[in-house]
Amino acid sequence: MESFQREGDVRIPAGCAISSMFSKTGRKFSGEGMIKSISIMHDRSNGLGGGFAGYGIYPEYKDFYAFHVFYDSDDARHITEDFIDEHFDIVNLSKIPTKKNKNITDEPLIWRYFVTPLPTKLAQSQLEEDEYTVRCVVKINTHIKGAYVFSSGKNMGIFKAVGYPEDVGRFYRVDEYEGYAWTVHGRYPTNTPGWWGGAHPFGLLDYSIVHNGEISSYDANRRAIEMYGYRCTLQTDTEVITYMIDYLHRKQKLSLEECAHVIAAPFWSTIDRMNEDKKREYTYLRNTFSSLLINGPFSIILGFDGGLMALNDRLKLRSLVAAEKNDMVYFSSEESAIKIIEPNPDRIWYPKGGEPVIVTLNEGVEA
Amino acid sequence: MAINYIYPEYEVVRNYDRCISCRVCERQCANLVHHYDTKRGKMICDESKCVACHRCVALCPTRALKIVKSDHTFKENANWTGEKITNIYRQAESGGVLLASMGTPKNYPVYWDKILINASQVTNPSIDPLREPMETKVFLGHKNDKIVRDQYGRIKCDETPQLELQVPVMFSAMSYGSISYNAHKSLAMASKKLGIYYNTGEGGLHEDFYEYGPNTIVQIASGRFGVHPDYLKAGAALEIKMGQGAKPGIGGHLPGAKIVGDVSKTRMIPEGSDAISPAPHHDIYSIEDLRQLVYTLKEATNYTKPVIVKIAAVHNVSAIASGVARSGADIIAIDGFRGGTGAAPAAIRDNVGIPIELALASVDKRLRDEGIRNDVSLVVGGSIRSSADIVKAIALGADAVYIATSALIALGCHLCRSCHSGRCNWGIATQRPDLVKRLNPEIGSEKLVNLIHAWQHEIKEMMGGMGINSIEALRGNRAMLRGIGLTREELDILGIKHAGE
Repeated sequence: MESFQREGDVRIPAGCAISSMFSKTGRKFSGEGMIKSISIMHDRSNGLGGGFAGYGIYPEYKDFYAFHVFYDSDDARHITEDFIDEHFDIVNLSKIPTKKNKNITDEPLIWRYFVTPLPTKLAQSQLEEDEYTVRCVVKINTHIKGAYVFSSGKNMGIFKAVGYPEDVGRFYRVDEYEGYAWTVHGRYPTNTPGWWGGAHPFGLLDYSIVHNGEISSYDANRRAIEMYGYRCTLQTDTEVITYMIDYLHRKQKLSLEECAHVIAAPFWSTIDRMNEDKKREYTYLRNTFSSLLINGPFSIILGFDGGLMALNDRLKLRSLVAAEKNDMVYFSSEESAIKIIEPNPDRIWYPKGGEPVIVTLNEGVEA
Repeated sequence: MAINYIYPEYEVVRNYDRCISCRVCERQCANLVHHYDTKRGKMICDESKCVACHRCVALCPTRALKIVKSDHTFKENANWTGEKITNIYRQAESGGVLLASMGTPKNYPVYWDKILINASQVTNPSIDPLREPMETKVFLGHKNDKIVRDQYGRIKCDETPQLELQVPVMFSAMSYGSISYNAHKSLAMASKKLGIYYNTGEGGLHEDFYEYGPNTIVQIASGRFGVHPDYLKAGAALEIKMGQGAKPGIGGHLPGAKIVGDVSKTRMIPEGSDAISPAPHHDIYSIEDLRQLVYTLKEATNYTKPVIVKIAAVHNVSAIASGVARSGADIIAIDGFRGGTGAAPAAIRDNVGIPIELALASVDKRLRDEGIRNDVSLVVGGSIRSSADIVKAIALGADAVYIATSALIALGCHLCRSCHSGRCNWGIATQRPDLVKRLNPEIGSEKLVNLIHAWQHEIKEMMGGMGINSIEALRGNRAMLRGIGLTREELDILGIKHAGE
């Protein structure tokens, strides 16, 4: 029998459902609401991938990188653990608790490590802590066969699998974690890779992205970002968008709003109508990072330490709804997915194409 | 018959039932093919002088003329073709180099025609250019790789000099001398209307055209003809010509016969003297010398203009381009071996260099592998024939294209490939006043504007079909291309998959 190529060996377009909720006051809540929200959009997924990202869920280890890792075998685990041990101080390791679910099968070994870079190794590398960690994660993912780090941020975690997102949530018991922000993704790929690493959210350090769409600029973006040392091993939109955000936000130190003006840049005709200072800045950003402009339909929710950003492509070719109620902010593919968890929002709106909605914790609130 | 007799390649067929002996053909043909035989009271012709430029055909009021390929033939031989045999007769007679014009007519693979473009279906929507904005504007020049902020945290928008193009097309270098005043004026006027640029070539800039400076690229070639401070300051960008696709490795030669009047003045050389451009720049014998010239030009223009370095596509073009990118150039122009010329030795034109498609693909990849692709913009030329060629070039990795032959065809050129004779009946590649005046710059520029607008429409349609509404999202987007009938090796070099993959 002909076997399917794994994610990364082939590019697989996918449609999707996304949803998120966030408390500006840092109030913590479980992932239960996200399960409810995404299950109302059941038909936007096809059972081939679902996942969650929770922020603020590991307060007791908030200064440590939390690695979530899939292993195909114990051998892969041993090799990886040796590697992690060589580069990090492991303060805790365990299997990630799961609950059997008849709809979730073929599960790999799923482990979690709370780590901090070994000071001597870090000093030797002459890198900042984040960069050091990213490089180690990439090394594991590209060099150790059968091992895949799918979450690597601090005080946050990604939980994902092949299946419908509501089943994935039950499987990982996300209702037992509490965080101030959650995002969720249901996938509708047009091929059946059946690999857990291919599910979303996609994460890198604290960044996690859930995305609905299929970008037509993919190869232009991929080839541009690979020039800066990233390797797009999964060939998914979500992966390349995450790397672009990482490059623009963490490395170039652009604000999230400026990042949005690069990846969903205003049309030249819009820029031409701006005042001189603004025009100059927008032109400069768009021209300097012209290969990082994303074309084609997308709606994304970016999770980061202390906030969320929702962004649509500049023509708004994918649905994206936002709502507010007291300290809560919601983003979702469909209004129904918000109404099921908050029937009476104070405000509900459809963000314009290319205009980011950024929410962060109120001043003074600690994640 | 003498052995050097060569039967004409083309025959002029006149329908005497239609011919009214108005003698238009006679007056229009600078090659003196037609004349009126008063004794016999009819038009006759000497087809041995015919270059198949179609001027007489186009202007015959009764459609009495057509040009056909002669069926006269040598005994058929796949190895010793008629062309090879007659060339030997010619050279045995003259002892000279065979001259040719325009791009090679040889049957080399045209990779553009073996590449297919993608379109959206179902999983993402195509975009309708009639209803949505569709952006074709590009900026050419070095891009900064680090965001710097001032003390207030604002982004410092210290841009290196950029060329702004409304469509990713420019008219490539053709000198005043090789083409006529009116041809130059047509290109200049069209560039201004289109928001793009034309290129002076190595002939200097006629004083009448300084007003088009903001749309002019001034070239500095190995002969340095017409180069002076005002010339450098007049242009929007400076181009150092290191090579030309049609004749890599050799210089140029504009015969003294063409160095007349304003051509001589503009080139700053005496009337009637041959303008010979050396093969190399005699101040550039290595890459570090190129760097010096690049910075000399930047100094001379106070770092306000981008510097283009134009190279011919040769075997190790990617290594050369990488060196050029590190020499301070803002833009690299690569000219493929199918590119045109006003005159070149046929042996060189038909045998030296490589196709632009392969050169572009390998240069773009090499610059990305080395992390320096954003240091320069890439402009490619050397037979861009249609909007589809442009879309494919950009998807392979070009920022913009250079066109010259296409532009001349828009002005009326019929590709008779006889530019070197100086008797262009269409008023393009000639300095004879009676011929030059046949080209009206108002009409010529309008044709050029029409052509580029037509291509722009087609580019937008193809972009929209792919779900792309900004040309920068197409640049280097090789997943939008598939090869057809190409070998694995060719696909690997082009960095594309085969159709069906």
